[in-house]
Amino acid sequence: MADEKENIGEKKYKYSIIIPTFNERLNIAIIVYLIFKHLRDVDFEIIVVDDGSPDGTQDIVKQLQQLYGEDRILLRARAKKLGLGTAYIHGLKYATGDFVVIMDADLSHHPKYLPSFIKKQLETNASIVTGTRYVKDGGVHGWNLMRKLTSRGANVLAQTLLWPGVSDLTGSFRLYKKCVLEDVISSCVSKGYVFQMEMIVRASRKGYQIEEVPITFVDRVFGTSKLGGSEIVEYLKGLVYLLLTT
Amino acid sequence: MKHIVKILSLLVAISAFWIGLLQAAIVPRSHTWLLPIYFVVSLGCYGLLMVGVGLMQFPTCPQEAVLLQMDITEAKEFFRHKGVDVGSD
Repeated sequence: MADEKENIGEKKYKYSIIIPTFNERLNIAIIVYLIFKHLRDVDFEIIVVDDGSPDGTQDIVKQLQQLYGEDRILLRARAKKLGLGTAYIHGLKYATGDFVVIMDADLSHHPKYLPSFIKKQLETNASIVTGTRYVKDGGVHGWNLMRKLTSRGANVLAQTLLWPGVSDLTGSFRLYKKCVLEDVISSCVSKGYVFQMEMIVRASRKGYQIEEVPITFVDRVFGTSKLGGSEIVEYLKGLVYLLLTT
Repeated sequence: MKHIVKILSLLVAISAFWIGLLQAAIVPRSHTWLLPIYFVVSLGCYGLLMVGVGLMQFPTCPQEAVLLQMDITEAKEFFRHKGVDVGSD
């Protein structure tokens, strides 16, 4: 099968896409469809780490496995909601790719950007390619003025204190070399979005090459979740922790 | 070296410069005493400026929501034909 990529005459790489899910019955099916649509000539596997969703997410994944093949879609579930960091670690155990992509299951991360992540990594041989919402070709939809203000304020504060070298610190749409993800994740202890920040800051401190690609982010969830005082306090505590320990 | 060490070194260097200015008295001492306050206030103003500029230039993408809806519809159609019951949102 003479199926070489015409722009790169070297070996084909495999990409493992880890998607943690909790109650994403409809979204996971759509994401899988879109990944297959946009990565036609790419060798990849999707690892769904479901935390015991009561809405039947795992049933849908099993149907998708029948449709696309159990070698392309791996269901590696856990008994209950155990957190994002451990979900990645769990998924990593089963990943057989050279690269690992992490993304959210709620359709805020669109699979159509996956080719640009892959291309950027191949062009620059970066250890990490991270999606950024805050540059010209990127963007966010679904945030009101207050939300944008807190996002921007949080970003300026983090940039001033941490000098991270990336424009979008809390983003979670990223491509890692598998060995790099294993190395960085083992030294991270935070939870939630501070975990995403810790990952990228630690990687930056360790000297890994990090490149960015613009992504658009459609937030359909924001209306239901609140960004209250406790979230802000958590964020500030996270910043101070990162300032002192990285 | 840890990042905090870099920041502290920077602050120590700035402080040393400030103390040097105080002792050398090239600039009148009354001005020099106020320099740290000017520095902090300028830093604060710069931060606020960055927040304001960033807010004005915040990239938005309303067309993406429309495109996403089209993708969702396309996917649902596909699964309907394949007999996969994805239910409703």
